[in-house]
Amino acid sequence: MLLTLILLPAVAGAAAFIIPRDRARRALLIAAALAHLGLTVAAGIWPPAPVSGWLALDGLGYLFLCITSGLFLCAAVYAAGYLSREEPHPRQDFFEGGQWFHNAPEAVFTGNLLLFLSCMTLVMLAHHFGLLWVAVETTTLATAPLIYFHRHHRSLEATWKYLVVCSVGIALALLGTYILAAAAARASADGVRVPVTLEALVENAKRLDPAWTRAAFLFLLVGYGTKMGLAPIHTWLPDAHSEAPSVVSALLSGALLNGAFVGILRAAQVCSAAGQGEMCHDLLLAFGLVSLGMAAVFVVGQTDFKRLLAYSSVEHMGILALGVGIGGTAAAQGVVLHGLNHSVAKGLLFMVAGNILGVYRTKNVGEVRGVLSRLPISGALWVLGILAITGTPPFGAFMSELAILKAALDAGRWGVALGYLAALAVIFVAMISTAAKMAQGSATGADPAGAAAEPAGAPPANLGPHAAARGSPATSRGQHGPGAAARVREPLSAYLPAAALAALALLLGLWLPAPVKSALDGAAVALGGIK
Amino acid sequence: MAAWVDAILVFAVLTNLAVLGSSRLGLCIRMVAAQGIMIGLLPVVGHWHAVDARAVGLATASVLLKGFLVPWLLHWALVEANVRREVEPYIGYPMSVLIGVASLCLCLWLSARMPLPVAAGEAGTGASALAAPVAFFSILCGLLMIVSRRKALTQVLGYLVMENGIFTFGVALALEEPFLVEFGVLLDVVGAVFVMGVAVFHISREIHSIDTDQLSMLREERR
Amino acid sequence: MAAISWANLLVGLCLAPLLPGVIARTKALFAGRRGQPLAQLYLDLWKLLRKGAVYSSVTTWVFRAGPVVGLAAAVAALLLLPLGGAPAVVAFDGDLILLVALLGALRFFLVTAALDTGSAFEGMGASREMGFSALAEPVLLVALAAMARGTGETSLSGMFGATIPGEWATQPHAMLLIVSALFVVLLAENSRIPVDDPNTHLELTMIHEVMVLDHGGPDLAFILYAAALKFWLLGALLVGIVVPLREIPPALAAATAVAGMALLAFAVGVVESCMARLRMSRVPQLLVGAGGLATVALMLELVRS
Repeated sequence: MLLTLILLPAVAGAAAFIIPRDRARRALLIAAALAHLGLTVAAGIWPPAPVSGWLALDGLGYLFLCITSGLFLCAAVYAAGYLSREEPHPRQDFFEGGQWFHNAPEAVFTGNLLLFLSCMTLVMLAHHFGLLWVAVETTTLATAPLIYFHRHHRSLEATWKYLVVCSVGIALALLGTYILAAAAARASADGVRVPVTLEALVENAKRLDPAWTRAAFLFLLVGYGTKMGLAPIHTWLPDAHSEAPSVVSALLSGALLNGAFVGILRAAQVCSAAGQGEMCHDLLLAFGLVSLGMAAVFVVGQTDFKRLLAYSSVEHMGILALGVGIGGTAAAQGVVLHGLNHSVAKGLLFMVAGNILGVYRTKNVGEVRGVLSRLPISGALWVLGILAITGTPPFGAFMSELAILKAALDAGRWGVALGYLAALAVIFVAMISTAAKMAQGSATGADPAGAAAEPAGAPPANLGPHAAARGSPATSRGQHGPGAAARVREPLSAYLPAAALAALALLLGLWLPAPVKSALDGAAVALGGIK
Repeated sequence: MAAWVDAILVFAVLTNLAVLGSSRLGLCIRMVAAQGIMIGLLPVVGHWHAVDARAVGLATASVLLKGFLVPWLLHWALVEANVRREVEPYIGYPMSVLIGVASLCLCLWLSARMPLPVAAGEAGTGASALAAPVAFFSILCGLLMIVSRRKALTQVLGYLVMENGIFTFGVALALEEPFLVEFGVLLDVVGAVFVMGVAVFHISREIHSIDTDQLSMLREERR
Repeated sequence: MAAISWANLLVGLCLAPLLPGVIARTKALFAGRRGQPLAQLYLDLWKLLRKGAVYSSVTTWVFRAGPVVGLAAAVAALLLLPLGGAPAVVAFDGDLILLVALLGALRFFLVTAALDTGSAFEGMGASREMGFSALAEPVLLVALAAMARGTGETSLSGMFGATIPGEWATQPHAMLLIVSALFVVLLAENSRIPVDDPNTHLELTMIHEVMVLDHGGPDLAFILYAAALKFWLLGALLVGIVVPLREIPPALAAATAVAGMALLAFAVGVVESCMARLRMSRVPQLLVGAGGLATVALMLELVRS
């Protein structure tokens, strides 16, 4: 069962590399995503047997597996539509003086998406620390070609930074894994052979060497923290998120970061069982607060709306780390709920950002006006998503952020609570004001020259991200500005996944369905062990 | 066999210093390859009295991959990139070597203060007093190469050196990881180098240079 | 024991000028020439000593003192040098520092003499000589420190005494590193390829030779002899480590040491024939590399004991 979960997307991914026809490949992508989600749900109903202590499905892994799988299905639907609208021929970039670039082969894109799902599943299921490392590193390798889908200078730079920073960070996590094994090797003096699996380590936690356990946690935290995007080692994150195709950004933010977070949580589980919880908590609190502060600094006055969302991811990863750092069951429940809320809202936002980028052909906040009137559905979803991610009341993020705040106050961490609130407030104001300016205003007023260039009675622009370039380069330059005021007809695949996620974000704030609640509780119990 | 383990470790230290002090990219690649081969032999040499199929398999795989496949790949990228084959550091070569020597001292000092949980005698002959400091030294050297060198290719080499250090730590301390996991780690590293090599190729084609200085377009624009 | 020490000193004083001849013959052999006689330097010295000296009117006593004091320093250093396991004429704890200091004094007086001429060429040579020596001297000190740490002795005679074979058995890597570092120091300090080319004819590329352009007659003879003694000094240190024969009669040990010196000179000749001279800017890289080797050796010795 567990092996099927991992192998199904892997096999589909391998098949995607060799299937020659685009339509068949896109159908395969959606089918594999659906099958994976089905299997995941089935695994929740009939818990599968662990595989030799290496692969097991515990509450924590299951929750994040559900998030990944659900988000991936939405992303698959979105991606299928996105790929069908992408121009296969070389076209002009809308930055850097319009250099020509082309896309990576679609088979590579689809195949790597599916391989990414396979690795992410392995991350969630792996209970052996070495295997966990292998899985996390493989996700880096699988996503690098995704970021370099649009083959131009900027995405290449983002890919290179992502590869180097993450690989080096993850290498430190490998060192942490070996150090953990060294700490466990002391137990062999007592005649016990402790494998580096989660269960065995927790069970024999008292036999671990304390100093080396602390060192191991430090390296694992820094290593996986790099991948998770904790400041100040988040430097790859804004670049990669802003240059990748939006659907990839959604997956990076909503799934990949969670995977690294799971790695840190596993390490924290072992560490707190070994009686080193104090140090774990302090470190996580520090990283959380720094991430919040750093995100607040860069969100204010951010001119690129995809980078805005990226820094918002840094913020939310900070909240997750902070929540774990506070400790206790209440905080743990807040953290898992928040992980879910963040993934849902951020997936939604990046997909909508992709729609906006496709029509306005700029990432500059100042040049995007009147999204609500030009793209009514995406505009509405954009506003909803921003409200959801900033923790405005009816949405789920409000509940989880409140739970973490309450836990901080109950634990008597007044300073932490104050810093947390201040950062949230700053980010709230900055994001809402930026997003509101983008959503409102009149689209025609923004760039009259652009509107004039558009021939009167032109057919509504097709919502391909670069559909306008389908004509001659001259026409595409004519439509360059955001001035095309005509309301754009949006295809179903562009807003349906986002709308589904928006509904989910709202639902999570109002009422938790019983299965979701049980999954959340299961995860919180696994986390609750971290005292 | 302890003397041979020590010899391999000393060789690793010397190749690290040589890579830090050398100006020619081709030489650096060969040095890292030689280091990969020697470090790859550790599983066999370190457990000479109890060599099993696992150790032999791991050693064979890592020697083949790190000693031959990876250097070949990097040479390919170097030839394809068709650039000046100099390292072009931000920090001069003598300075790099001096920093390297200083960090070696630091590693030895730290390791002396932090006793290994694995007793040297009991875990087999592989655990040498030098293993932990040399491993940490390799990691520091790798990091130094990554931050102080301009060429994208040297950053890949730095990553490799760093990984060799981690591998040393794992193997020389006689930690029993399942073969599958170690093989997976090895494959991942080679995969990372492969992807990086391809990226280097793309960078050279895109901007006609593999200087990472050229990759500075993405940054914060403040209003 | 004193007798063998004095005998060794005498051997050093007499045979030192032979080594440049061996190197030259080796290079000739590699180049397919017959080469100069082995005793060429003796003939040169004899010729120069019979000549008078011409002094430029702008030079002072510093110029005249340089070669004499330099030779004195070299001979004094030779007093500290053990050969073939036998102790030196003078030995006390910490005399390794004095040895390095005397080599420094030799260099200092040559350099001041060169600067005293006021010539641009000599100043350039002096500056280069000092620049490279500043890197080579720490290497020598660190290598000797590593030896001292390994053997637990701080006098040269003790360090190069009976403990050398044991050192090779327990710390082979450290010993190898020390030998390599010392070999680089030997090449650099004696102006051999790849650092400097003693046969070059272009002043701009010279290091050592350009410093002594203005010396002639007995002064030049002193300088050449001091240089030969310097080669003998550093070579004897190297041979003292590489030839770990200590259980044989002192006379035989001295003979093997001398044979080792000849072999060393041959090796230097081979290096000179096979290598090109390094670019001037690359020389510090080589020396810092040797420093790295010596430091690693010291670290190994520190960790082990």
